[in-house]
Amino acid sequence: MAQHDPDSCSTTRSGGFFAGVRAGYASIFQIVLLGTFVSIGALAHDLGFSAPWVVLSTVLVWAGPAQVILVSSLGGGGAPLAVAVAVGLSGIRLLPMVMSLLPILRSGRRQTAALLLAAHFTAVSMWLESLRLAPTRPREERLAFANGIGTSFLTTSVIATMSGHVLAANLPKGVVAALLFLTPMSFLTSLTRNSRHLADRIAFVAGLLLGPLLAFYQIGLDLLWTGLIGGTAAYLVHLWWERRR
Amino acid sequence: MILHDLYPYFILVFVGFLPNEVWRWLGIVLARGIDENSEVLVWVRAVATAVLTGVVAKIVVYSPGALAGVPLWVRLAAVGVGMIAFFLARQSIFVGVGTGIGALVLGNTLFGG
Repeated sequence: MAQHDPDSCSTTRSGGFFAGVRAGYASIFQIVLLGTFVSIGALAHDLGFSAPWVVLSTVLVWAGPAQVILVSSLGGGGAPLAVAVAVGLSGIRLLPMVMSLLPILRSGRRQTAALLLAAHFTAVSMWLESLRLAPTRPREERLAFANGIGTSFLTTSVIATMSGHVLAANLPKGVVAALLFLTPMSFLTSLTRNSRHLADRIAFVAGLLLGPLLAFYQIGLDLLWTGLIGGTAAYLVHLWWERRR
Repeated sequence: MILHDLYPYFILVFVGFLPNEVWRWLGIVLARGIDENSEVLVWVRAVATAVLTGVVAKIVVYSPGALAGVPLWVRLAAVGVGMIAFFLARQSIFVGVGTGIGALVLGNTLFGG
């Protein structure tokens, strides 16, 4: 069998990687990431962070909302410990995302480094596109494919962060507002398209309602509760529906 | 002083990178042994979806930075217009996002402060 031959394995892997890079560059998220990270670069510039610092934050943190929190809170003089807690809370969503994506990407072989990389690349953009496209690839290619998507997304975002930092002085407020609006609009439309199952659709609506509601009542860990309550309720409805059929 | 120059990068690693990345590492550990078609994943994906739409709704209602300068009803209406365009265009993300941004800019120009 061809798949037991190590040479053909690595050919499959690099083929999968470049197919992922191509899929990444064809994705609508290129535009979304460009806008999002230009706005983050501009924000960082206005709050006095250097270009290498904010570019490195894009590479290391690689999560838009966490970076907005990091830059705006540190720039506003927030205590490092309090900022770390806020960043940590916003990152909780990455846990169920990584957990649901990796079982689709894994094949039987040992691939710890590639899995770590895929987990690091996991952010809403890469998660949505990998969940949508990776299942159409042969299993041995999927991990490399997803890392290809991640590489293309991160490359664009690094360039965008840099550009935002350079352009900051010349960007009017209305433009920055429009760029910041890219995140909610693209998350909503992509999540709608990816929500094919009953549980996903109910969770979608539950999150929309619970998110602002829990924030309004200033419930601590509001996003964690939004996910657990909304997601569990959606799952229970799914169970009830499956039993009834 | 070299230590003084490196301080912002220490902060980046300990305040920005580690508190965020630790969830990804935990995700790797917890994903071990879970099958792609497992029932647990239906629940995990529902939790992830609810958190994400929660994030979206919070960004729209309690907006950060320059977006906060746009009136709340303009932000909400722009999301609505964008979503209607998205469905009319057979779920085209490009049309949905473009129309939503257009509506936001138009609304802000007409009614913004």
